[in-house]
Amino acid sequence: MIRPHDSAIVRTLGHIVIPIAQLFGIYVLVFGQHGPGGGFVGGVIIAASMILAILIFGIDSPDSVLARKILHGDGLGLLIFAGVGGLCLIGGGQFLNYSYLQIPSLDEASQHYAGILLTQIGVAVDVAVTGVSIAVSLSFDEDEISNDEVTNV
Amino acid sequence: MIIELPLLILLVVTAGGAIMVKDLISAVFILGSYSFVLALVWALVGAVDVAFVEAVVGAGLATVFFLLTLFGTTEKDTHIRRPPVPWSALLGLPVLGLLLLYGAGDLPAFGDVASAASTYISPEYLENSVEQTRTPNVVTAVLMDYRSFDTFIETIVIFTAGIACALILRKGGS
Repeated sequence: MIRPHDSAIVRTLGHIVIPIAQLFGIYVLVFGQHGPGGGFVGGVIIAASMILAILIFGIDSPDSVLARKILHGDGLGLLIFAGVGGLCLIGGGQFLNYSYLQIPSLDEASQHYAGILLTQIGVAVDVAVTGVSIAVSLSFDEDEISNDEVTNV
Repeated sequence: MIIELPLLILLVVTAGGAIMVKDLISAVFILGSYSFVLALVWALVGAVDVAFVEAVVGAGLATVFFLLTLFGTTEKDTHIRRPPVPWSALLGLPVLGLLLLYGAGDLPAFGDVASAASTYISPEYLENSVEQTRTPNVVTAVLMDYRSFDTFIETIVIFTAGIACALILRKGGS
């Protein structure tokens, strides 16, 4: 239903804006422990940049290959989040108690720091995948998405 | 106070405009500007994280989702005729608003250190989060460390929303 945009202004601007938006999303995600932001907001910004790529270049274009690939990542972010909790279980503590996150040569506070960073990445991946997935669900039928990669997985 | 008042008036105006406008696409854009004004209000009272989320989700992603939904409809669906407002609503809603204003008089003042919200456990977080987690942003430390179970369940909710949308809306897949 959504066709690629043929205006040169929109396409050129898209090539400039989308990488900056993705870079800003990663910055917000990683910098969330020292300033405003965090996993949720970073994930939403990354998702918004991919939706922009879909809307400007179309879903089959090489420019939106990341958005096409990320559709297969449903549940990956949740797996990262739960995996950090599971690592704490393996380390001998409670679920999501980062004091038992066994990372060598780190004191307890730094283990908490690493745990927060890893779970934030999990939240960001989950939110980004869900955002792109909902946008694609709203605007495309399944057979309009090229199926060459679906059969590979 | 000087900046707050125009922002709050703008908030009421955009909220009313989003309800009363006839065209649904205009309503979506007014709703986006409402979220932007609300983000400014959050930033003004010092809740920068909430302001960030409101700006990105309310003014950004939600507007895109609304527009994508509207593009799947026809002219007849997006241009709506509103029925006249019933008398019960015209009488009841101001009374309800007055009751809420009366109740709001009992709320603690903004930034009150003796209020229930800032006496029980939040001093613990504010005092110890830097040395316990090396995280200067207390909001992130509370969300991701002290209250990570809540965040975990929220992540499950987001995941469920994505799966449900894909199951209901994507047609033709096998």
